[in-house]
Amino acid sequence: MNNLIKGEKHDWEMVIGLEIHAQVKSNSKLFSSSSTKFGSSPNSQVSLVDAAMPGMLPVINKYCVEQAVKTGVGLNAKINNYSVFDRKNYFYADLPQGYQISQYKYPIVGEGKVTIDFKDGTSKDIRIVRLHLEQDAGKSLHDQNPSKTYVDLNRSGVALMEIVSEPDIRTPDEAGMYISKIRSILMYLDTCDGNMQEGSLRADVNISVRKPGDEYGTRCEIKNLNSIKFIKQAINYEAKRQIEILESGGSIEQNTMLFNTSTGKTRPMRNKEEAHDYRYFPDPDLLPLEISEEEIGKIKSSIPKLPDELKNKFIEIYKLSNYDASVLTAEKQTSDYFNETINSDSELKNHAKIVVNWITSELFSLLNKNNQDLNNSPVSPENLGQLIKLISKNEISGKIAKDVLEDMFSSGKTARQIVDEKGLQQVTDQGEIAKVIDEVIAENPKMVEQYLAGKDKLLGFFVGQAMKLTKGKANPKMLNDILKQKLNKKN
Amino acid sequence: MKIDKNTINKIARLSRIKLDDKESEDYINDLNSILDWVEQLNEVNTEDVEPLSNISSSILPKREDVSKDTNSSEEILENAPDKLEGFFAVPKVVE
Repeated sequence: MNNLIKGEKHDWEMVIGLEIHAQVKSNSKLFSSSSTKFGSSPNSQVSLVDAAMPGMLPVINKYCVEQAVKTGVGLNAKINNYSVFDRKNYFYADLPQGYQISQYKYPIVGEGKVTIDFKDGTSKDIRIVRLHLEQDAGKSLHDQNPSKTYVDLNRSGVALMEIVSEPDIRTPDEAGMYISKIRSILMYLDTCDGNMQEGSLRADVNISVRKPGDEYGTRCEIKNLNSIKFIKQAINYEAKRQIEILESGGSIEQNTMLFNTSTGKTRPMRNKEEAHDYRYFPDPDLLPLEISEEEIGKIKSSIPKLPDELKNKFIEIYKLSNYDASVLTAEKQTSDYFNETINSDSELKNHAKIVVNWITSELFSLLNKNNQDLNNSPVSPENLGQLIKLISKNEISGKIAKDVLEDMFSSGKTARQIVDEKGLQQVTDQGEIAKVIDEVIAENPKMVEQYLAGKDKLLGFFVGQAMKLTKGKANPKMLNDILKQKLNKKN
Repeated sequence: MKIDKNTINKIARLSRIKLDDKESEDYINDLNSILDWVEQLNEVNTEDVEPLSNISSSILPKREDVSKDTNSSEEILENAPDKLEGFFAVPKVVE
């Protein structure tokens, strides 16, 4: 695979690392009992701790610690028995404390790795440097008033897991696959809801360019990207910008950038004179966090099957391709749906590939068209299973099955009901099909002549006519076979 | 380590504190004498000793993940110099 970008004088390689911020799926905040519910009215979920009232003390949420450990295990990472909370000091209107409680020198999770799978069957490991727990800040609204910024502290103090990768990523696509994989792991573990629109999962991207084989170049950091599309766009734009500067003889200034989603461009943050000096130091309000091997073991044993494991299982049991299996397991709801469908009838196990196709192409496209999600699919796994069984038993053709599925989707009826009500059973009676074909041949003598004269393409015309007469219900294979037989007899 | 004029200006700026020349001078002297005093500790050999972050031997107390309905907005905004529809209103922070 060629990962390089053509330049004026030579090719360039991107070097990319991601810092992913994943909100821990918890009821209450990291150091206070305020609710973490999304979309509540402003400042309604702010305790005196979150508002940093003098004298308030943080008390850590046990569940959030466990979720961080769980995630660390899912990232094949080392869990640290000893970690420390530090204060990261900076001033901003949505940070009432004047510091963020984070982990600096001693994070809760150390080195790990995740694997991304390419379409061509190859894969690549992306190394994880660390995962640490920290507080989220509040939310600032800058565009509501020309002279004011509005601040909502509901998010202030919510637990985040920051997952930092090594600069192992080389293309925008790899960056997209990496964050998708992290999202998938988080959702299987149920430690983060993975909702990028609501900001539960967002990323900062570090990017530099270099001549292949050279040392790393100077990097820039693009802050706060909340969709895979924007991550790819921002990387593409920023790499191009850096290459242009370098090729015209300039040098890259290390900078923090913002990405404008409407123009597709990056620009440096304005307050860069505040060269970051966070003055980290251990938070004197919090003792070090100690986790015993026993606790880690307990959490490990509670971990469900993760996507890679499930993928291998699907390949082994159902003989699916690596690609089909990775599509199925990318999201937990998809693999759950597949499992329920295929287990709804013992015969379906022999038709796994058909089940995959009906879920990932037909059902997904209907859901997309109707802006719905597999979680609230109007077609239940059992009903889809029944439909596939009708196909596999030749009771209906694949083409008619598509109409039946649409009907199931809008009416909520079962496949059986629809097929019976509308009389859609496939015609598999040889005599009946032969009769229809005779009719078609008798009505189109000229076409028959042309076909016999070598215009093979006309076969499709006869098939179409016969299908029309049977309202699409003729078994396509039988129709083809009998048609060919009859036409050739004419010769 | 010595605190000079540049350092004191930087610390003041990071802390959002405005100092006049006289105050800067005073702080330089105060901080330097504090540092000198603390530097006596350098006489102790601390090789291979991890920094002590807490003198207590107790373990970090943890709470269960139970959310309490705070419905706090009125109370939280009580001291705000300016507010609008439940938001704090602050001078525009432009990014």
